[in-house]
Amino acid sequence: MERIYLAIVLCPLIAALVAGLFGRQIGRAGAHTVTILGVGASFILSLLVLKDQWLDGAAAYNGTVYTWAVVDGVTMNVGFLVDRLTALMMVVVTSVSLMVHVYTIGYMHDDPGYQRFFSYISLFTFAMLTLVMANNFLQLFFGWEAVGLVSYLLIGFWYTRPTAIVANLKAFLVNRVGDFGFLLGIALILMATGSLDYATVFASAPEMSTQTIEVWSGVPWSVMTVACLLLFVGAMGKSAQMPLHVWLPDSMEGPTPISALIHAATMVTAGVFMVARMSPLFEYSETALSVVLVIGATTALFTGFLGVVQNDIKRVVAYSTLSQLGYMTAALGASAYAAGVFHLMTHAFFKALLFLAAGSVIVAMHHEQDIRKMGGLRKYLPITWLTCLIGTLSLIGLPGFSGFFSKDALIEAVGHAHRAGATYAWWCLLIGVFVTALYSFRMYFLVFHGPERLDAETKAHLHESPWVITLPLVLLAIPSAIIGWPTIAPVVFGDYFGSAIMVLERNDVLGELAGEFDGPWAYILHAFSAPVPYLAFAGALTAWYLYLRNPGLAETVRLRFRWLHTLLMNKYYFDDFNDKVLARGSRGLGNLFWQLGDVLVIDGGFVNGSARLVGWAAQVSRQLQSGYLYHYAFAMIIGLAVLVGWLLLGA
Amino acid sequence: MGSSMIESALGIGTLSILVWLPILGGLLLLVLGRSENRPGEKGSGGRLDRWVALAVSVLTFVLSVPLWTQFDSSTATMQFVERLPWIRTFNVEYYLGVDGFSMPLILLTTFLTPIVVLAGWQVIEKRTAQYFAAFLILEGLMIGVFAALDALLFYVFWEAMLIPMFIIIGVWGGERRVYATMKFFLYTFLGSVFMLVALIYLYLKSGSYSILDFQNLPLTLTEQILIFLAFLFAFAVKVPMWPVHTWLPDAHVEAPTGGSVILAAVLLKMGGYGFIRFSLPITPDASSELDWLMISLSLVAVVYIGLVALVQKDMKKLIAYSSIAHMGFVTLGFFVGWQILERTGTTAGIAMGLSGGMFQMISHGFISGALFLCVGVLYDRLHSRQIADYGGVVNTMPRFAAFMVLFALANAGLPGTSGFVGEFLVILAVFKAGFWYAFLAATTLILGAAYTLWMVKRVVFGAVANEGVAGLSDASGRELLILALVAAGVLGLGLWPAPLADVMAASVDHLALQITQSKLAGAL
Repeated sequence: MERIYLAIVLCPLIAALVAGLFGRQIGRAGAHTVTILGVGASFILSLLVLKDQWLDGAAAYNGTVYTWAVVDGVTMNVGFLVDRLTALMMVVVTSVSLMVHVYTIGYMHDDPGYQRFFSYISLFTFAMLTLVMANNFLQLFFGWEAVGLVSYLLIGFWYTRPTAIVANLKAFLVNRVGDFGFLLGIALILMATGSLDYATVFASAPEMSTQTIEVWSGVPWSVMTVACLLLFVGAMGKSAQMPLHVWLPDSMEGPTPISALIHAATMVTAGVFMVARMSPLFEYSETALSVVLVIGATTALFTGFLGVVQNDIKRVVAYSTLSQLGYMTAALGASAYAAGVFHLMTHAFFKALLFLAAGSVIVAMHHEQDIRKMGGLRKYLPITWLTCLIGTLSLIGLPGFSGFFSKDALIEAVGHAHRAGATYAWWCLLIGVFVTALYSFRMYFLVFHGPERLDAETKAHLHESPWVITLPLVLLAIPSAIIGWPTIAPVVFGDYFGSAIMVLERNDVLGELAGEFDGPWAYILHAFSAPVPYLAFAGALTAWYLYLRNPGLAETVRLRFRWLHTLLMNKYYFDDFNDKVLARGSRGLGNLFWQLGDVLVIDGGFVNGSARLVGWAAQVSRQLQSGYLYHYAFAMIIGLAVLVGWLLLGA
Repeated sequence: MGSSMIESALGIGTLSILVWLPILGGLLLLVLGRSENRPGEKGSGGRLDRWVALAVSVLTFVLSVPLWTQFDSSTATMQFVERLPWIRTFNVEYYLGVDGFSMPLILLTTFLTPIVVLAGWQVIEKRTAQYFAAFLILEGLMIGVFAALDALLFYVFWEAMLIPMFIIIGVWGGERRVYATMKFFLYTFLGSVFMLVALIYLYLKSGSYSILDFQNLPLTLTEQILIFLAFLFAFAVKVPMWPVHTWLPDAHVEAPTGGSVILAAVLLKMGGYGFIRFSLPITPDASSELDWLMISLSLVAVVYIGLVALVQKDMKKLIAYSSIAHMGFVTLGFFVGWQILERTGTTAGIAMGLSGGMFQMISHGFISGALFLCVGVLYDRLHSRQIADYGGVVNTMPRFAAFMVLFALANAGLPGTSGFVGEFLVILAVFKAGFWYAFLAATTLILGAAYTLWMVKRVVFGAVANEGVAGLSDASGRELLILALVAAGVLGLGLWPAPLADVMAASVDHLALQITQSKLAGAL
């Protein structure tokens, strides 16, 4: 299998290099052929790995590819850990990536950067695979930053747009804030365990949980808590948790296929994956898990509110992504890692679908993204409409759809969690269900139903997208609708993950719930005894009433609660704070240090000061050079006397 | 290999060849150049000069390869040793040798010199022979600094090296070159004077100028502290450490591209090398006593200079400040050992800090050199270094832009590039000394990315900003070649640092042992 693992990683890399370096020679068709072949091969081999791990029950693989360096007795390797968690992620990553590759043929059809785009998305697939397949922290960090790099390149893909190159810089820097914590976490883990390999680190977790570290002198903190919190800062950056969420909405400046692939389905879920991977560590820190829980739940609810006031079709979906990432994170915080990863998987399908559907609408609308200028598109774009509806229903958690299974499971788990913050989190997630349905159906109704608000020019050219665009929509709609049925039993309530995810007995909420689980049908019926499905219906109904039935009311509400609307339109003023305080503050400090420290004090004071001193000394010594021999002789005698005196006294 | 043939034929060692071949080549060029500068005979003159310079520098590189291939990485003892009496009265020797610290630095020098020659290929129009000669002589002297094991010989190379550098900045530099040269000269010369005093003291004490003897010499704490401070001034100026860094931005701004490359890539490493060869092993107790000072200055470099770099308007100044911030990691890694020992009670982590500092030096040689080459490529076309004069370069120079973005990301410490390795190792080591040290050091992740990528955004990305940018032609084959060579180094070292880590390992472990053994016991 080792060769297969290596091939899975290398196929997209080689394809990316070929398309990137020889794009001109192989042409557009050559570029998409080679990258689709590369990613397709990865996908098929990943399915093979999943079969091997799941159906054939193969043992987890943990092996080294090569030794990166040996420094100070610490061996740093590049290697793979392939278990069921990895296998699941590999299939999710490669399948969505493959769909996006195909879709891109249609979406980027007229773009001059066609080959470059294919090269980037293949490179991304490579980076994401190295991240999920890593068996050590070094490679994890490599993959972590590499996906960030490709995200940077892709958000700024249209590099002549001023907004795009601001957005990509912002994304990179905010992610770097996360990586800052992440790297410190890795350093602490190395200090505590002496190793960067998962296996060694996980094995010493119980011992590590008894150690303390004094971050503030005299205040011993649990090493495990500090390490997990630092790692989680990294996850907050990558998975866009508040307050490091600010980059994700702006990342929509990138072409839509990468919004689907990177900023919805895969890269942004890296943080969720990482915490699940680190479950053997997080399990030992009640405090860290509480923080994870509260931040996840807060993100889930409060970014959901923002989705309600957005008018750009992609930004609505982006805020929805933020909110859903919050759901996954909250599940992790409740020790329901399996539920979090399960939601990660279903979300990857339905959110990629929603983004690609949005892209299909955007192409049809000639790159108009304002949903206020759409309406009634249902009859012009039948496939897009139907697949988008499936995605929306899955997102809001309509019983039976895959999003329902994953979201309901995780909300229930949070409701049963025993740790601090669980009640708050549960309420956030519940209200979030209503908000999700509200913004999702608001968008859906404004785009596909109601009066046609488009101009005549657009309308004349309106038609369904070509098959390369609609085929991925259909292929993604299938798992969005039904994948929950066969998978919920083993993944969430069964032992699919086995030893890949570690949960302590006392934290095992999913284990408690598993006793009540009696198949998907019973699970759906059972759901109706809880508020979740009713809240979703209520949200959808509210959207219908406000945006289709009685559109005037939405306006009245907006005027009535103008302060709230302003607050939401300004995204809680996070961006203003970052721009005005952090960015401007750093530049101000830089200027201060430069002009005051370097120029005035060091150069002006010391350097030119000593130059003046030398000049003054020269003036004085010129006086000494009188030319009279007796002056010199006198000076020599004095000097000699001083020297002799010093030697005598010193001895 | 070739060198062993010459060695056996002429009876001189590899290191001597590496020192004297470029110097003789440079002198030859001076002679040739003068004869070709006769009136009425211009035009073809420069062409021969540069071919000679290229041939000599490439040959030097080829001859330096055996240093790596025949290096015994299992030992910390000096290799390729040559030892002859030089001034018998004072026991001064012609004493050369390399270990795991100096060998990689020599290879860095021999690798970059041909690149610098190529960078000046068409750009330098006046006094080409002298220009190339200065670089060849400089190369020989720099190799001499790294190879010298006799303190006086070291000092001679150290001081002599300044001369070609002044000339390079002073003759082929920009408008304020005289100011920059004077500042550079005063800083570095003043620093070295103290070092000379310390070296003479050590000679009087030990009766030898051998640096290895100095390392074994017992010294009292007072002696050590005075010697340490004398060394500190010389080396801190070279690194440069805050607050004796202000000569560097000026020197870079005025230097021609090749001068900036060598200055950033090799000359700055002299300071770090000095700490490794002199300060740490000769005065370990003083280093331990004053480590708070070194750590503080290093962290000031990372944070303060990082913020200063953010607001620079001149690309060369920005990269110069970025260099100072990156060098902060070198000194941090070198001097953090005792804090690790104090906090954790073990020596684990000391060698990681030392290795991290070394990696940072080598990597910075590639990356800063590459960034200065990039600025040079732009400067040759538009004759401006101001960020504001650019914008949207990627539209007209896509290939060049790809390289510049790569080097910028490497400068920001992206894993997979060499820029990551040193910072990663140093942060891992420093964490053991204390959370807040690591916290401040790790701010480079944010600051480094901020100043580098913000520059890239304003220079490379965006719509074509002005007519100048619209008229740019993409990098030529020669320019792409030199950028690709450095890129290979940056990626190679980042993806597989093991070979370099291995050749340094024995020397690093030896030094880690030296600095934890007090020299006070034997001193009276």
